[in-house]
Amino acid sequence: MTAFILRRLLHAVPLLLAVVVLNFLLIAFTPGDPITLLVGDFPAPPEYLAQMRREYGLDQPLWVQLLRYLGKVAVGDFGFSFANQQPVAALIFDRLGATLELTLTALLFASVVGIAFGVIAARSASARRHGVADSVIQGAASAGYAVPDFWLGQILILVFAIGLGWLPSQGNAPVRGSAPGWAGWVAHLPYLVLPAFALSLRYLTLITRITRAAMLEVMGADYILAARARGASEWTVLVVHALRNAAAPVLAVIGYNVGFVLAGSALIEAVFAWPGIGRLLFESISKRDYPVMLAILLMVSATVVIANLVTDIVHRMIDPRIERA
Amino acid sequence: MNVAATVGTPFQRAPFLKLLLRKGSTWAALAFIAALVLAAVLAPWVVAHDPLRGGNDALLAPLAAGHWLGTDDLGRDVWARVVFGARISLTIGIASALFAVVVGVVIGALAGYFGGWIDALLMRVAEFFQTLPRFVVALIVIALFGTSVLKMIVVIAAISWPQLARVVRASVATLAQSQFVDAARVAGMGHAAIIAREILPNAAAPIIVLGSLDIAMAILIEASLSFFGLGDANHVSWGAMLNDAQQYLRSAWWMSVFPGLAIALTVLAFNLLGDALNDALNPRGAAR
Amino acid sequence: MTATLLDIRKLSVDIARGRRALRVVNDVSLTVEPGEAVGLVGESGSGKSMTAFAVMNLFPSPLARVAAGQVVLNGQDLTSLPADALRRVRGAQVGMVFQDPTSYLDPLMPVGRQIAEPLRAHGRTDGIDARVLELLDLMELPQAVAVARKYPHELSGGMRQRILIAAALAMKPALLIADEPTTALDVTVQAGILKLLTKLRRELQLGILLITHDLAVVAETCQRVNVMYAGQIIEADAVGPLFKAPRHPYTQGLLASILSPASRAHSLFSIPGGVPIAGQWPSGCRFHPRCPIARPGVCDVLAPELVARGSGADRCHLGGEAVAADAWRTEARSGTRP
Repeated sequence: MTAFILRRLLHAVPLLLAVVVLNFLLIAFTPGDPITLLVGDFPAPPEYLAQMRREYGLDQPLWVQLLRYLGKVAVGDFGFSFANQQPVAALIFDRLGATLELTLTALLFASVVGIAFGVIAARSASARRHGVADSVIQGAASAGYAVPDFWLGQILILVFAIGLGWLPSQGNAPVRGSAPGWAGWVAHLPYLVLPAFALSLRYLTLITRITRAAMLEVMGADYILAARARGASEWTVLVVHALRNAAAPVLAVIGYNVGFVLAGSALIEAVFAWPGIGRLLFESISKRDYPVMLAILLMVSATVVIANLVTDIVHRMIDPRIERA
Repeated sequence: MNVAATVGTPFQRAPFLKLLLRKGSTWAALAFIAALVLAAVLAPWVVAHDPLRGGNDALLAPLAAGHWLGTDDLGRDVWARVVFGARISLTIGIASALFAVVVGVVIGALAGYFGGWIDALLMRVAEFFQTLPRFVVALIVIALFGTSVLKMIVVIAAISWPQLARVVRASVATLAQSQFVDAARVAGMGHAAIIAREILPNAAAPIIVLGSLDIAMAILIEASLSFFGLGDANHVSWGAMLNDAQQYLRSAWWMSVFPGLAIALTVLAFNLLGDALNDALNPRGAAR
Repeated sequence: MTATLLDIRKLSVDIARGRRALRVVNDVSLTVEPGEAVGLVGESGSGKSMTAFAVMNLFPSPLARVAAGQVVLNGQDLTSLPADALRRVRGAQVGMVFQDPTSYLDPLMPVGRQIAEPLRAHGRTDGIDARVLELLDLMELPQAVAVARKYPHELSGGMRQRILIAAALAMKPALLIADEPTTALDVTVQAGILKLLTKLRRELQLGILLITHDLAVVAETCQRVNVMYAGQIIEADAVGPLFKAPRHPYTQGLLASILSPASRAHSLFSIPGGVPIAGQWPSGCRFHPRCPIARPGVCDVLAPELVARGSGADRCHLGGEAVAADAWRTEARSGTRP
């Protein structure tokens, strides 16, 4: 087991490195003066530009620049954002919490509900040839997958915020500021509902689809029949036997599509003015704030690589049959 | 000497069409796509107003005189913009999928046929590209390098080819072991000819399915990029329309509903088509 | 006289095929007394497994269902029970063992837990571990504690089958249904399982319905045997008389294929032809196309009934006649086979 973990870690490192190098190459080969890239569209005195050039080693050969970049990344120095007058790292760190809250909620919601619907659909499909619940869920999943998440966000705002007035539509806290402590936290929950739901829908449909498929395959298995022959209840059969055996591909889909949710958060945060990294990305693109954009790309890519790694390990842990590589 | 004639290709016309058109939803999807393509091609004749030119009648609700879907904040006819937006979506969607298919097939075929270090190297590259979060990369590349229809096509194709390549590689690797390939080799066919005429026709099924699904994904990504303001400003795009709609949600819901509906229905249609193709071409076919 | 343990009365099982239904088990009746092992023999396609699944109303395919007849277990008609009442019977009053122990065990669950499953399912909360160990001992598995913790893939085929038997007997059911329990096992292991079944039958007064295609297994383990062909029982008798003087030509053919060359044929024997495909039964007697003594005008037209003869019963128009006593002998064939 530990050997496997080490091997996957070793596999992940070159990937991370490649991501960083790609980032660097994007900076290096973007058309235009590289200094402009780093500074953005802001007027800066020429002496400052010259100093930046020296500091960033732009007068050095490419591979030296790459090494310096690697060094900077390793210590968490992602440069300076002129648009926001802050070091990029601090800027990102400030917004991290909001994005984590949104994406983790969406991930959790999508996983739980998606698996539940998948199980229901599979049960309906196996009990009789053309179960009603199965057809409905499959149709809804198809439709849901086609809906762009940012449009869904707008529709939700139209219906629930503007039309019905039940939920807020922008930001993650009341404009007047929130009460400290527990009350404040509860007060801000309604803000989470619409964006989290909009973000989770497409991901949810994916999970429903894979859960249904995996469950159907498992439910035809002989040991399911044997469990029933022992008098096991329907719940035991479905969850304890079938779902656990179907868990591997389901977890794989959940884990390997985390990037999906991260990408979606950029769009959702824009629609709902959620103060997270996605919104930061949106702003930095419109302001041409390149250091921030690239730092976000690096962070998101690294997160995906790590998520894949964790998924691999968990996947292996679930199935005790696969002991060796 | 055409060795391929001795092997069944996946397209035995009659059963394929029958299987394909089994479900009502497939008919609906095909009809929608056909209507959309027709509308896009005949756009200037289908709409009554210039999609780019606004007038004095801003923010008219649907079913207003002459503007059955209303107008946007600059007085532009929504129906006209939706129809013209189809042009961009279909162009970018189909072109980038095609591009991705070509690149994916070439790389996948090379990797699968030759194996060895070529395979390992190419698949490592594919894996790397697959790991990158597709949308964010597209976003940043376009933001850095500027936007245009061509650039969007290239970028979207660049993030879509790895999945195709891996599937093609798997099929080709299996097929390369078959007897009819040996026979072709003995008959003196060169590598390129073998791949092109013997192997690929038999590996066509997953390529076609993925191609259709890739069109759907490409349309979504294009819409997302345009929503972020990175679309080509010279053309009307559904995503950009949604960006405009963002500020006017309270006053003009039609600015959001219609272009978004267009995106959703188009993506759904291509997804359904891909699923139907999968059912029809997959030898395990009929089982649900 | 103790009441009959299992009484299957005129059971019919249908499989839905499109809009029609295929009757794969046709009007089958058999009994099992407490402490008795009854064999149900037939080739694949005879409907024997479907009969076994019908007892618990637990079919591998959602398309199969009991179409007619009754299954009376300890005086209670199982076919009339609602779903949850039936669930309480399964594993508690009747246990079932299956053909391939590998696929019938959950690969992700330690075997001890799987043995305990019927205990938990029927509401038992304490003494579970002790009972599991007790069962493992009963199954003659050494190092019970270690074995209980293992996963199925860590055990041998024979051990897995013993686990399945242990789980089936956990709640001390009076009836055990064994569907081809040794078919998937090595020959050397088979003998061990059969000996175990006999021991359990004696020690626990366990009634066993043993389904198999192998007459040798029946000879070793059962007291009575029913022979099935094409969905029907074509002969039933006590084991001794059936093996000594089989009445139905099909039974004779089956025995001839396994008896040693010295006693019957001088060369390897097998019944010519093949089992008819379900739904395409021959007219009249379903065996007549392959039967050496089939009488045209009778056997190809009229369906024979099960008639009691001697200590058992058989389904043959020519049942009482001398020619039926040894149908496959060349002299018996008068050249009138269709």
